[in-house]
Amino acid sequence: MKVLVAVKRVVDYNVKVRPKSDMTDVDLANVKMSINPFCEIAVEEAVRLKEKGIATEIIAISVGPQQCQEQLRTALALGADRAILVSSDETLEPLAIAKCLKAVCEAESPDIILLGKQAIDGDNNQTGQMLGALTGYGQATFASELSIDGGNATIIREVDGGLQTLTLTLPAIVTADLRLNEPRYASLPNIMKAKKKQLDTTTPADLGVDVAPRVTLMGVELPAERSAGIKVEDIAQLVDKLKNEAKVIS
Amino acid sequence: MSTLVIAEHDNDSMNIATLNSVAAAQAMGGDIDILVVGTACQAAAAQAAQVPGIGKVIVADNGVYAHSLAENVAPMIAEVAAGYSHVMATATTTAKNIIPRVAALLDVQAISDVSGVVSEDTFKRPIYAGNLIATVKSSDAIKVLTIRGTAFDGAPAEGGSATIEAVASAHDSGKSTFVGEEVAVSDRPELTAADIVISGGRGMGNGENFDMLYSLADKLGAAVGASRAAVDAGFVPNDMQVGQTGKIVAPDLYVAVGISGAIQHLAGMKDSKVIVAINKDEEAPIFSVADYGLVADLFVALPELDAAL
Ligand SMILES: Cc1cc2nc3c(=O)[nH]c(=O)nc-3n(C[C@H](O)[C@H](O)[C@H](O)COP(=O)(O)OP(=O)(O)OC[C@H]3O[C@@H](n4cnc5c(N)ncnc54)[C@H](O)[C@@H]3O)c2cc1C
Ligand SMILES: Cc1cc2nc3c(=O)[nH]c(=O)nc-3n(C[C@H](O)[C@H](O)[C@H](O)COP(=O)(O)OP(=O)(O)OC[C@H]3O[C@@H](n4cnc5c(N)ncnc54)[C@H](O)[C@@H]3O)c2cc1C
Repeated sequence: MKVLVAVKRVVDYNVKVRPKSDMTDVDLANVKMSINPFCEIAVEEAVRLKEKGIATEIIAISVGPQQCQEQLRTALALGADRAILVSSDETLEPLAIAKCLKAVCEAESPDIILLGKQAIDGDNNQTGQMLGALTGYGQATFASELSIDGGNATIIREVDGGLQTLTLTLPAIVTADLRLNEPRYASLPNIMKAKKKQLDTTTPADLGVDVAPRVTLMGVELPAERSAGIKVEDIAQLVDKLKNEAKVIS
Repeated sequence: MSTLVIAEHDNDSMNIATLNSVAAAQAMGGDIDILVVGTACQAAAAQAAQVPGIGKVIVADNGVYAHSLAENVAPMIAEVAAGYSHVMATATTTAKNIIPRVAALLDVQAISDVSGVVSEDTFKRPIYAGNLIATVKSSDAIKVLTIRGTAFDGAPAEGGSATIEAVASAHDSGKSTFVGEEVAVSDRPELTAADIVISGGRGMGNGENFDMLYSLADKLGAAVGASRAAVDAGFVPNDMQVGQTGKIVAPDLYVAVGISGAIQHLAGMKDSKVIVAINKDEEAPIFSVADYGLVADLFVALPELDAAL
């Protein structure tokens, strides 16, 4: 069984991003970039499927600038067998990314496509669902458990009310939530080995995908800052403040 | 300009989260209809018809729409949406699951988590865990949006009498089957709708200690939330997670107990009106957003607070 896993290069989750001085966009100069945490979980799940003898080949894919090769090498070090970079310096929206992924699905015919549930930069939470619409495959978003049995995948999903279990006919799309697994660290020998693994490059144009943006970023602003309030001495003072100053309890 | 609001419901009743999208649509102006897709969902549709200012309620009532499977519901929404300039749904997990699929069927780039309406094609939305607010302009013919519930006060629920119209289409992909669900049952208010939220973090130590928070919550009519660390550690179930990747809340009062205040947690609660933090580490970042901070051991402070109320 073939697994395709999508990985995105994003600002590291520890970085507090700042706007550019002209407020046109976020300032990404000299900022630490990493693999999106949810994509790392997706890669880990693919590797576990291989370790269980279910998956036979894992292909990691990223859509974006040449530097995405770093994140693809990370995925290869974690256990992916080969990688595909869909190289583009354009601003890529989830719909365009999903179209690129669909084209690669047609060429590679994976049985399962794993993605992160959201990227922590755009916070869109769209790409997997859009790929579902474009391919017509079933989708299970926000997965916290995945098991594969013959031609079906059974997934437990984290939803507002609790947990939901679905069974999908393969090929299917699964997007990873935080509790799907805890990703391993790449070992040094595996990082070295990853450098020799196959990494092919293609472009949206080669795939026949028009990535022209539909949405224009008009500018960014900082959210209203909250200023730190006061420290209270004890519970009595806290209760008094909540009742008489903030008037939020009676 | 005409907006189709997608109702969030459990067939028997409409979830009030729908009213946040109605409010966002009203902020923009134009005609508003509500679409209810479900199975034996006439009661929910009747409720939707009572929302003031709605033109009509469209109901797609069919067995294939049970459990809101995205593969079936998305093409139904896309079919109706073709006649509108805007589609809006409040960003619950149901909407987040379905709406991008609708958008791709319409060949539209959806805009997620809209927190402000600037004009009919320009919207504000938080990015990078709410560290920045982006203003984005859509050039798509149909604008497909999810709405951040906490950013729009719910529109009134009653007083209207819209007509109800049925659509017959049944879309069944046959690719996805509902197996079961584990729904948290609680007498406490829903996390995203509560006026007061009390959340516990890793500092709570274990699940039993959350009883101290439940007791307080029952005295205050509050909901109980948690940090990711508390959920990951198995203290409480996932539906209690507040944050960038959990639920977004903005109650009148948010009490963070034994929570350090990581940006991913702050992203889910920093728009609360009043924030209280109880933490034994006076350097904890949560204090930088707290209106009232108490540096104390929670195992001492919580029983005292319980006694004082
Ligand atoms: C300068 C600049 C300006 C931008 N302006 C806008 C704008 O105005 N509006 C807008 O919508 N977007 C804009 N973007 C793009 C935006 O930041 C997101 O990168 C893009 O929309 C994808 O959304 P997401 O990553 O949040 O997707 P999500 O749907 O949250 O991602 C979910 C999953 O999809 C997969 N995935 C996502 N992206 C990729 C990828 N590139 N390669 C492989 N897998 C992937 C991953 O598995 C990921 O975990 C801009 C980007 C740049 C660099
Ligand atoms: C991709 C990604 C997404 C994430 N999404 C979320 C999210 O949606 N929501 C979220 O919450 N987190 C999220 N996180 C995790 C986040 O980064 C933090 O790890 C998490 O919020 C920490 O939880 P905490 O504050 O409970 O734990 P800790 O950071 O360990 O803090 C525990 C606090 O308890 C205090 N404490 C301990 N004992 C006591 C005591 N006896 N009395 C008083 N105080 C005490 C300590 O001083 C400390 O400040 C995400 C992380 C990533 C990478």
